[in-house]
Amino acid sequence: MPLNTAKWPMPAQEPAVRRRNFDEVALGYTEEMALQEASRCIQCKKPGCIKGCPVEVPIPEFIGLLSEKNYQGAIEKIKEKNNLPAICGRVCPQESQCEKYCLVGKKGDSVAIGRLERFAADYQLQQGIEPPPVAASTGFRVAVVGSGPAGLTAAADLARMGHQVTVFEALHVPGGVLMYGIPEFRLPKHIVQAEINSIRRMGVEIKADSVVGKMTTVDELLKNGYDAVFIGTGAGLPSFMHIPGENFNGVYSANEFLTRSNLMKAYLFPEYVTPIKVGRRVAVIGAGNVAMDAARTALRLGAEESYIVYRRSAEEMPARKEEVEHAEEEGVEFRLLTSPVEYYGDDKGWVTGMRLQRFELGEPDASGRRRPVPVEGSEYDLEIDTVVVAIGQTPNPLVPRTTSGLEVGRHGTIVASEETGETTRPGVFAGGDIVTGAATVILAMGAGKKAARAIDAYLKEKKQ
Amino acid sequence: MVVFPILHKEVPAPSLTLFVVKAPEIAAKAEPGQFVILRVEEKGERIPLTIADFDRQAGTITVIFQEVGYTTTCLARLAVGDELLDFVGPLGLPSEIENYGKVVCVGGGVGIAPVYPIARALKEAGNHVISIIGARTKELLILESEMARASDRLLVATDDGSYGHHGFVTDLVRQVMEEEKDLAVLWAIGPMIMMKNVAETTRPSGLKTMVSMNPIMVDGTGMCGACRVSVGGETKFACVDGPEFDGHLVDWNLAVRRAAMYRDEEQRVIAYHQGGGCGCH
Repeated sequence: MPLNTAKWPMPAQEPAVRRRNFDEVALGYTEEMALQEASRCIQCKKPGCIKGCPVEVPIPEFIGLLSEKNYQGAIEKIKEKNNLPAICGRVCPQESQCEKYCLVGKKGDSVAIGRLERFAADYQLQQGIEPPPVAASTGFRVAVVGSGPAGLTAAADLARMGHQVTVFEALHVPGGVLMYGIPEFRLPKHIVQAEINSIRRMGVEIKADSVVGKMTTVDELLKNGYDAVFIGTGAGLPSFMHIPGENFNGVYSANEFLTRSNLMKAYLFPEYVTPIKVGRRVAVIGAGNVAMDAARTALRLGAEESYIVYRRSAEEMPARKEEVEHAEEEGVEFRLLTSPVEYYGDDKGWVTGMRLQRFELGEPDASGRRRPVPVEGSEYDLEIDTVVVAIGQTPNPLVPRTTSGLEVGRHGTIVASEETGETTRPGVFAGGDIVTGAATVILAMGAGKKAARAIDAYLKEKKQ
Repeated sequence: MVVFPILHKEVPAPSLTLFVVKAPEIAAKAEPGQFVILRVEEKGERIPLTIADFDRQAGTITVIFQEVGYTTTCLARLAVGDELLDFVGPLGLPSEIENYGKVVCVGGGVGIAPVYPIARALKEAGNHVISIIGARTKELLILESEMARASDRLLVATDDGSYGHHGFVTDLVRQVMEEEKDLAVLWAIGPMIMMKNVAETTRPSGLKTMVSMNPIMVDGTGMCGACRVSVGGETKFACVDGPEFDGHLVDWNLAVRRAAMYRDEEQRVIAYHQGGGCGCH
């Protein structure tokens, strides 16, 4: 049978249309497309794809079940390892994980594993199938701090092992970055809610409006009946460049810009009460996934022009290729090897422009990427009325600062074992961005999964 | 789901509302100077309110707020028995309460509410507390008897002279600075212009002046940076680094401009929801 060397393309909204709406860009495979794509999997004896998956989804098996039209079997197979498949199918960087190791991909496109995962997950969400069974109660109680990808994954796995889990979330809804950070057009919030509800139905209790570090502390949780604590509080603190004019009105952190739009639904203002200001010309500083999200959100909020301003070149952009392509298709303009040195404003305090400096690439730096070097006398001005600073986030110090016996790294990250999430404090585990610094949803989920396993072992040992 | 019922409601002055809200977990931890973030309705915004009082035994938090925009107007319509959708806290750093010796607490308008627990705590810590409270007119003056109890000396001003000193609290700050020697610290909480003016009044003498900033916030936990304040040339987040800062170091012009960021949007929200009323009822 001749192999089809091309992936079945993902149906998507036309760029000219989608750049002005918040509906999901990628529409998902139809059943026919999914079956076509599933048939491309050659069911390797020693599958590389699984090794590329931080949560070890049995990929060939679920694709095999899909091919047999056993959709329920397929999703059950995925959910043995992954409690958030509809989310992962949408936002995982498959090209650098499972699909990178796909044998089919050696002579053409790899199998579209992520799209198939999404198909199976969406099928289940439509059918409303029961959540996976949980083991008999162990009598242990585990507190999970933060309800982002790391916390939800740890919570679900622990619940499945029979532990009683309570998740503490600072915001008014659970989901963390899945709710406040990633836009509706890339990850619809009803999908996130549905996945979280299925975790709730496994018996996980989620307490919103609960700021650990303020309302209670990890120390108190351990004192008050929890046998172990998992910290997955993420990298929530926005970085700024500390250049003149950064506090003018109209200069946002990416966190604020996206939180207003996604969590508070400012794109539905004034029906939703939280406002957001987007001018005619928006500059987003940085070129990661968050920056792409912000630049594309700006267009949807009515910006005429949306720029990505990045001091390195296209090759060094940390965003997924797919995100960059989507942004380009939608008309986001890239000003590469360029960075702001100052913002200007009017007498009412609103930003009106920025002074940009050009850069060229020099020798590789500590990150292995070529260091951007400013070009003398290359400054020029650009008129803009909104700025979104998307140059990264650092860990939120609220929990590390208020937990005793916890070793904290140089950048405010919690020191924890990569394999188990164990911290320097017995019974306290951590994973996700709070340990690694800002990374991806799936890596945080992988950390949550490993920690759940380690917590289970810790509790069993404690029992003896 | 945790709910936050309103146990008691008062209208201490026209356009001001006092709620006692049941929130035992917050009350257990609340300290003077901290704030809560609340939401009234599903489509509503998150707004910060400074804690006016707390009762650990009863498990309650008291807030006093002025109807200044859509959300506070919506909030004021709630009655005893109604529940707040969200009530998060205690947020921010507490006031630094210790025995300084002689201290001054200045409250203006609705700002008297957050000054009260600070004055009370300072008195309990052994300080000689001189308080100055003021309002536009007599009927807008709140917590006079509470402040009298929490203070060794209480001075009152009204802008229109309907009660106490005819003039601003800054006049009384000047008077106290002349009359009293060795003042250690002064707290000033109220409208931005009042805090700025008090800071300017104390600046020449170098009397340490703490102010409580109340900028626009979203999450209130350090995540968004909406509440940026420039203090001594450094950018601080009022939600986690404050809300109290050294008034002599605050960039007031910036703070005033940032507070006005969504003035037009506020009008649009009010216009849009008119007739339909707010979603809270």
